[in-house]
Amino acid sequence: MNENLTALVPELALLGAAVIGLLTGSWLPRRRQWIVAALAATACAAGLTATAVTMSTGREQTVFADTFAVDTATGVGRIVVLVALLLIITMSTETVRGHPREAEYWVLLLLTGAGTLALMGANGLLMLFAAYLLASIPAYALAAFAKDAPGTEAALKYYLMGALLGTTMLAGIALLYGAGHATQYRELADSLPDAPYGIVAVGLVGVLAGLLFKAGAVPAHFWVPDVTDGAPTPVAAYVTTLPKIGALIAVYRLLHQALPDTDLDWPLLLAIIAAATMTLGNLAAFFQTSVKRLLAYSTISQVGYLLMSVSVATRSDLAQRSLLLYLAAYAVTNLGAFAVVTELPGARTLTDYRGLARRRPGLTTVLVICLLGLVGTPPTGVFLGKLEVFSATVDGGYTWLAALAVANTVASLFYYLRWLGPLFLTSDAIHSQTQTVQGRWSAATAYTAAALSLALGVAGEAVLSLADGPLLR
Amino acid sequence: MLSIVTFLPLLVCGVLLLSPRTLHDRAYVWTWITAAAADLALVVVVWAGFDAGGGIQYEQRVRWMPSAGVGYHVGVDGLSLPLVALTCLLFLAVAVYSLRERRHVRPYVCLFLFLQTVSLGLFVALDLILFFVFFDLSIVGMFFVIAGWGHGERARAAALKFFLYTFVGSLALLLGFIGLYLAADPHTFDIVDLIRTDPLSGYGLYAGLVLLAIGLGLAVKTPTVPFHTWLPPAHTEAPAAGSAILAGILLKMGTYGFVRIAMPMLPGSWRHYALVIVIVGAVSVVYGALVALAQTDFKRMIAYTSVNHMGYVVLAVGAAGSLAGSDAQARSLAVTGAVTQMVSHGLITAALFLLAGVLWERGGTYEMDAYSGLAAHTPRFAAVTAVAAFASLGIPGFSGFIAEFQIFTGSLASRTVATSIALTGIVLTAAVFLTALRRMFLGTPRLPQNLPTGAIADLKATETVSTAALLAVALVIGVAPRWLLDVIEPAGRTLTGLVAR
Repeated sequence: MNENLTALVPELALLGAAVIGLLTGSWLPRRRQWIVAALAATACAAGLTATAVTMSTGREQTVFADTFAVDTATGVGRIVVLVALLLIITMSTETVRGHPREAEYWVLLLLTGAGTLALMGANGLLMLFAAYLLASIPAYALAAFAKDAPGTEAALKYYLMGALLGTTMLAGIALLYGAGHATQYRELADSLPDAPYGIVAVGLVGVLAGLLFKAGAVPAHFWVPDVTDGAPTPVAAYVTTLPKIGALIAVYRLLHQALPDTDLDWPLLLAIIAAATMTLGNLAAFFQTSVKRLLAYSTISQVGYLLMSVSVATRSDLAQRSLLLYLAAYAVTNLGAFAVVTELPGARTLTDYRGLARRRPGLTTVLVICLLGLVGTPPTGVFLGKLEVFSATVDGGYTWLAALAVANTVASLFYYLRWLGPLFLTSDAIHSQTQTVQGRWSAATAYTAAALSLALGVAGEAVLSLADGPLLR
Repeated sequence: MLSIVTFLPLLVCGVLLLSPRTLHDRAYVWTWITAAAADLALVVVVWAGFDAGGGIQYEQRVRWMPSAGVGYHVGVDGLSLPLVALTCLLFLAVAVYSLRERRHVRPYVCLFLFLQTVSLGLFVALDLILFFVFFDLSIVGMFFVIAGWGHGERARAAALKFFLYTFVGSLALLLGFIGLYLAADPHTFDIVDLIRTDPLSGYGLYAGLVLLAIGLGLAVKTPTVPFHTWLPPAHTEAPAAGSAILAGILLKMGTYGFVRIAMPMLPGSWRHYALVIVIVGAVSVVYGALVALAQTDFKRMIAYTSVNHMGYVVLAVGAAGSLAGSDAQARSLAVTGAVTQMVSHGLITAALFLLAGVLWERGGTYEMDAYSGLAAHTPRFAAVTAVAAFASLGIPGFSGFIAEFQIFTGSLASRTVATSIALTGIVLTAAVFLTALRRMFLGTPRLPQNLPTGAIADLKATETVSTAALLAVALVIGVAPRWLLDVIEPAGRTLTGLVAR
């Protein structure tokens, strides 16, 4: 059995930093708690370095009785998650600085980050469920971090949905285990084709329920707008980005590795979920007036596009790289938009952004890049991601889904433009205090994320060539 | 070389954005004029070194995203070089015209420089994704021009409509490109490779759907009936310079797409559905002219004549796909006419829109009934507008005549009925322009009541130079067209050969 712990350096770095952070955080004076943040950032950097080494030296492997796969999807996913985590850490700096529970914030962030990493590598159902719990539970606490009424409501809703669908997931795992007599994907791939159709179908739906909850996809999406709106903005940025990366790679791996040859028509199921997710997310976003709720529904619709590449996981060679590229592009673009929202805590509604172009041309540029990026306008990363996702979907035989996604993209333009329009209005009626900025760190995060989004569009080749490797069984 | 031509305006735009904000408004516009003039000079150099019979030249091919089948590939041939030159000339004219602009000059100049790079990039692109990137960015740039410098709240609505419509088109185009990409083996977006391999020959319905997607995208941008409804509001609400670029350059992106992408890459389907395209073209011609006739708003009227003029181009490219009843020479003539018409329409309509801007600037309205006998007050304005109007309705001596003559001669043999119907468009446009001239410039002098002293200023130097220069080029093409046709004709022959294979 391969028990090579060095293959898990990124996960262990985050866990280790969490433990050390918790201990040091309880002794540090409140003014010095930033040390925990520095520790968290260092852990991310260490994880990135380790991932780079793993990927460049070809040390892809499965560890601990094949329960955990360190392969292409894990590698690219790790890079995306760790970069996203770094961006979230920098954009949180001003929000939690000097907060009585500052150290706890960083620790919870690290723990849920480690859970997300574990989700991506999980190569068996039990590991998948453990990772699900590790990624979820700290996130519930984070949602309520502000201890105010909206935050508490958000956390309760998040927790209840998570608990319900987590249990469903566990039941689904039990059914799949009963049908396939194994929990490892490799063994399931052999035994499930001969297993009773109904049990496998119900079991898969159960497992998907939990993962779709993490991804915020229809029909498990109800928590997304409330949590995004109620939680502190950096936490909202977190819950709309990182869990999606973990969950979608986990779904991809599950379907691609455990169910490639079953009679079950899961590609169609996923295609329908994708269609429903993007359409409902878009329709609900149309008339939102709160920027955070608008972004929340926008992230739901984005999951729909991402699920397109999952639906053709075994039907197109382009599926994997399109998923990974889109995830990377989506993460930085979404975080860029949230960083702007963090930077302007006073501006909560679309009208509060009137005339921002005059006062804050830099932040306006970031918003234009990120929002048009989310639409899929070139030359941003999401455009390239969409190009690949559409190509994969058409290649996989779901041209109708690609056409629907095109229609949805056009519809989404409408609400993104509702936000972009007021930026360029000249108005003096707005009190300038709604547009006061919070500080340098959030602004720097916004600029970095926008630059990364553009860079991915121009130099997406880097991700594409990384993302093309095989999955390990 | 082409990359320098393309990205020079963007570079200047970047420099201007980084420059201190204390610069005077005039300094920005003069920088823009200098940059546009330099770019035009570079294109003249390119043209001088261009070998008309040599196919695609000044090619530059760099690996960009090989895993995605995307490359940075640029080059010009006889189909694109005239449009590249037109773009540079038009932007220079608009820059000169904009010397009098006073509202937010810095972002205005930067946007137009950005638009110039985008337009040039589209015409030199030899990769579908590169083409698409510029296609989409042109929409973004023009959206901000209309929304930011148009006429108030209605401009924002028009900008949104423009964006939504053309963006739908662009995404349909993207689906079509993906269809081509997936059919090619190995998967590629390279235009030259795709034309050479003709990956969709023998695909039947699939190829038809790809052509439908691409055709839809280009038809919205062109625009042809029934996808033209975004055009009149966008034109009416845009500032004069924006309308000139929109009509002069952006509309050409649609028709250029037909000759660069749709025809050579999908020859089989193009021939199969040529009749549909011809009908769309003929309907656009007649419908555009008829609706123009009913307008009371001068700018809307010009906008509808654009639908009419672009209809000729669609008719010609459709006829070029009709093999029965025509010989290769006739089809090649139609294609040459189509490209000439793109250039001609760009020159003349841009001048007309700039003149409409003069009208708005003086009287604050485009309503033709508000003015009467303007020739008495503003002889120069009347003279230039009359020349532009006659050029636009296609009298001999101007580029429009050359273009339309070739289009009709090339199309008549294969598509007799449709071409005969389209011919009536000429009469109708003549009626449109003559009526407009009579209403505004002749008769008893009368001006809108809001004019302070009842006086109206004649064309200023910048306005005269920018419009007269465009019309002068149209005149040169009309009198001595060989230098232009020599460049277009070989490329037209190559294209008809590709369609006929």
